[in-house]
Amino acid sequence: MNFWKAVFAIIRKDIRAELRTKDIFSSMFVFALLAVIVFNFSFELRVPEMKMVVPGIVWVAITFAGTLGLNRAFVIEQDKGSLAGLLLAPVDRAAIYFGKMLGNLAFILVVELILLPLVMIFFNLSLLTWQHLLVLFLGTFGFAAVGTVFSAIAVNTRAREVMLPILLFPVLLPVLVAGVKLTGALLDGEPLSELLNWIQLIVIYDLGFTIVAYLTFGFVVEE
Amino acid sequence: MTQNHRATALIVLTLVAAALILASAYMALAGAPDAAGLTEDNTYAQRIIYFHVPSAWLSMLAFGVTMVASIGYLATSKRGWDSLAVSSAELGLVFTLAATASGSIWAKPAWNVWWTWDPRLTTYTIMFLLFVAYFMLRSAMEDPARRARFAGVYAIFAFLSVPITFMSIRWWRTIHPVLIDPNEGFGLGPGMMTAFFLSLASFTVLYVALLVHRYRLERMKEEVDDLKEQLGY
Repeated sequence: MNFWKAVFAIIRKDIRAELRTKDIFSSMFVFALLAVIVFNFSFELRVPEMKMVVPGIVWVAITFAGTLGLNRAFVIEQDKGSLAGLLLAPVDRAAIYFGKMLGNLAFILVVELILLPLVMIFFNLSLLTWQHLLVLFLGTFGFAAVGTVFSAIAVNTRAREVMLPILLFPVLLPVLVAGVKLTGALLDGEPLSELLNWIQLIVIYDLGFTIVAYLTFGFVVEE
Repeated sequence: MTQNHRATALIVLTLVAAALILASAYMALAGAPDAAGLTEDNTYAQRIIYFHVPSAWLSMLAFGVTMVASIGYLATSKRGWDSLAVSSAELGLVFTLAATASGSIWAKPAWNVWWTWDPRLTTYTIMFLLFVAYFMLRSAMEDPARRARFAGVYAIFAFLSVPITFMSIRWWRTIHPVLIDPNEGFGLGPGMMTAFFLSLASFTVLYVALLVHRYRLERMKEEVDDLKEQLGY
């Protein structure tokens, strides 16, 4: 089986399983929505203009909800022994990584696409431009690239649900900083061309850690 | 080298490290000249540089060694590499705390606050948290081979993320990519240079000595664990 065929087979499997249960998607989406609402109330009384905190709210909501989804990504593989089956299949370990990673990326992106219009309505802001979507995509890509490896690590530890955010958040900080900065600057009306160094930072992060993940994933799932 | 020679070499190394640390403590507190053009408080506080900068350098060195040893483990599956990685990471945490505490003591007279969200300070905190997470990860697994593999992978991610985090926070705090560091507002005179490089060298020797001790301890611990397992404890 060639590499990309294996990758897409894994993505298809994850999407099909998800469409039947809708477990991951519904919990991620409801959690993200709740996070936005909770943040709204925790900031509303202190901040002169909600526009100032919306970038932070969006990114934190995505990070928390994404972590929730990543936690499930390998739990479902392991509970019924499906990971062992994947590892026994005659495909490259890297194909399993990219399959899971792109699947996670797709789930989080769908949640974002539904969350964004709601945030626009709640806060009366315009977020559905290609610049905003590009920034969100790049940030989410880095999140999924690192998160997939860490989720495969965390699932094998004691207290696995708690372990993932502890491992993930400090490594994720550059994405969060750059994402909040970019979303905020775009909301303030700055053109993307003046923010290229931030885009560069996220792209370097995405590429660098995808390569590191590609090189190390085999060690994580090896038994 | 035989067992005996090695033990002797380690004792000598330890004594040399101790002597060097004493010498640099003397240089730092009395030998080095006062910094010019500072208030009285700041003149005293400035002497923390002989302790603070070496500690910060060692924490970076220690975490770097952890990453290299982790790659060594993943490449060879030899347990010694993992023991080296964990020993060095532990020292890295100790020196991170030493650098943070000394920096905080200096910051109070110099900046009038114990803490500020300066890029270096923030990056340093994140680095500390990264390696706290490293130890939490280690403690959440029983099987030594799996623990070594997972911790090794995490150490690589953690260490590589530090420079990117630094860049991102540096840009975040200022509009322009380049920030003039308040730490480097003064140059060092010749007498101060001597003291500074002496303590830098002494701390590095201290690190090596501590690392060898800690590594030996880790190996012994593993040996005890293996023996216990054989005996069915």
